[in-house]
Amino acid sequence: MMQDLLHSEPGLLNFGIVFAGAVLLLFVILGFVTYGILAERKVLGFMQSRHGPNQVGGPWGLLQTVADVLKLLLKEDTIPKLADRPIYIIAPVIAFAPSFMVMAVVPLTDKLQFADVGVGLLYYIAVTGLTTIGMLMGGWASNNKFALLGGMRAAAQMISYEIPLVMSVVGIVLLTGSMNLNDIVAAQENLWYIIMQPIAFIVFFIAATAELNRVPFDLAEAENELIAGFHVEYSGFRWAMFMLAEYVYMFAMASLITVLFLGGWLPLFSFLDFIPGAVWFALKFSAVIWVLIWFRATFPRMRPDQLMEMCWKVLLPIAIANIFLTAIVKEILNLF
Amino acid sequence: MLRTEEMLLNVGPQHPSTHGVFRLVLKIDGEIIKEAKPVIGYLHRGTEKLAEDLQYTQIIPYTDRMDYVSAMTNNYVICHAVETMMDIKVPERAEYLRVLAMELGRYCSHMLWWGTFLLDFGATTPLLYAFREREMALNLLNELSGARITFNYMRVGGVKWDAPEGWIEKVKEFVPYAREQLKGYSEFASGNEIFQSRMKGIGKFSKEDALNYSISGPSLRSTGVKWDLRKNEPYSIYDRFDFDIVTQEAGDVWSRYLVRLGEVEQSLRIIEQACEQFPSEGDIMAKVPKIIKPPKGEAFVRIESPRGEIGCYIASEGKKEPYRLKFRRPSFYNLQILPKLLEGESISNLIAILGAVDIILGEVDG
Repeated sequence: MMQDLLHSEPGLLNFGIVFAGAVLLLFVILGFVTYGILAERKVLGFMQSRHGPNQVGGPWGLLQTVADVLKLLLKEDTIPKLADRPIYIIAPVIAFAPSFMVMAVVPLTDKLQFADVGVGLLYYIAVTGLTTIGMLMGGWASNNKFALLGGMRAAAQMISYEIPLVMSVVGIVLLTGSMNLNDIVAAQENLWYIIMQPIAFIVFFIAATAELNRVPFDLAEAENELIAGFHVEYSGFRWAMFMLAEYVYMFAMASLITVLFLGGWLPLFSFLDFIPGAVWFALKFSAVIWVLIWFRATFPRMRPDQLMEMCWKVLLPIAIANIFLTAIVKEILNLF
Repeated sequence: MLRTEEMLLNVGPQHPSTHGVFRLVLKIDGEIIKEAKPVIGYLHRGTEKLAEDLQYTQIIPYTDRMDYVSAMTNNYVICHAVETMMDIKVPERAEYLRVLAMELGRYCSHMLWWGTFLLDFGATTPLLYAFREREMALNLLNELSGARITFNYMRVGGVKWDAPEGWIEKVKEFVPYAREQLKGYSEFASGNEIFQSRMKGIGKFSKEDALNYSISGPSLRSTGVKWDLRKNEPYSIYDRFDFDIVTQEAGDVWSRYLVRLGEVEQSLRIIEQACEQFPSEGDIMAKVPKIIKPPKGEAFVRIESPRGEIGCYIASEGKKEPYRLKFRRPSFYNLQILPKLLEGESISNLIAILGAVDIILGEVDG
């Protein structure tokens, strides 16, 4: 539906519909962020033998995040005196905007997708790279030594981990013969890529966790070492923008993993196809989020040098080997 | 023109991983530490000077606030020093209560260390597990003394309160539970690849270094020196219990971690035996004059606190206040090697090394 609109005559009405759709998507994502944070705190609480939020908004703390966001909005907006003002102000926006931009190409179901871009996968990976710049800018502009260290760590880590991230999905692109996310899902009709490309899945998941800056790769904001890393000087809504970017990325990355490896909106077994695709997508997506939260409860943080070593010496060779393996197997299968 | 320069970085006094108001002035090149200068004294309260105007019983609450994580051993060291000077024979029941209290205190202290140390690596879950068990042990001590952290439990010649009814049974029940949990910790934290790779080979010092820097406690034992005052110079009734001195050879952060976890196990063994041998009745206070006046002279005693050797020196002129009181505070001595260890390490390793020292700033600053 959105595809037709994109190709339709430019007009105020069509523009309005697309705009309204984008706003709707934003609200869906904000809704996820609100309850994703709550879920994270609840699951963490469950794993750490405590309750988690249970006061604001009923017995499950349903309004806890809403209250938190309100608090952040009402907080005083502080800018350090010696900060680089324009960069300081624009950094959270630059960090956040790409996280929302990538959602355009992610197919939530076969109908619900905003832009069916031919090179959707490439677009996703290219745009996510922009967030690093936002973090680095934030770290630099704060004029704080801890923030600078955090920003540098963020840049080093995210740029390094983008390489195995890209390399690991090349196998999938080879198998599908397309970078279009819809085609990738369609190609998983019979067998999901998590089974056909298990090595790629593991590499991708690790690299994705690093891209998301989550435990055990949350070096950029390592609160025990760098206090809060690149956003140490940020407060109030600017800080909330950074956090929002992080959680929207979590949403986007979990969606991408679902699409690439878990068959997107396709049902687990074909006789279960009376359940709508959106439900399947939500289930798989939640499972990925659960694993990410589980990581956070169980893993300690890695050291920067170990992190780099793992990226360049372990993940990258494995990912490249996976490409070769996939190509060879594909050629052999083509012979018959 | 590209150029690099060293950066001066202030870690602390307000920093999440300095375990109190400890400050490190670092010269860093990127993330590599070129030079580290510890600055201490932010929590100095002058305990030793204050003690010169206090009666001996009044000093005991001050010692609670020195090493606030294991106050029982501090209580004991001052009482023990005065008792040594006055030649007081402490009743058996009181000795058992003291040992139970001290070993439960050691358990609490090591649990707190374990949780916060792993928290320094960014793992939040161990902290909550450790605090859950520590809270149970603290509740036991609370029932015994009426306070959770600052017990003020021991007196010259005995202890202030007898064990409430059923307390020994509760401690007996606690031991197997704690042991079970301890096994779980090893499974879920010690075996973790990331933990091990972050601890192994970090912050190494040799046996000679440890002895030269007068390091004591688990940090000393991690280098392979079999030295535990509870065994080597038994005080109180420690010669009646069967337990081992836990040692490791490597002298790195990982071996300090293993030594401390091993010591928890040994503490539980001592608690178990003390519960078995606990006399069913008897006095909890020796016959002590109302106003304690040790004879003219001096005395120095040392005991094994969770952090190392804590010593107490008293110079008395036969008055009701000491002429001079001096504590040998193990955290302070264990910290001295820090600048040497930190040279050439990265900021991430700094957190591991500092955490493994197990400093309590109240004790470092006195």
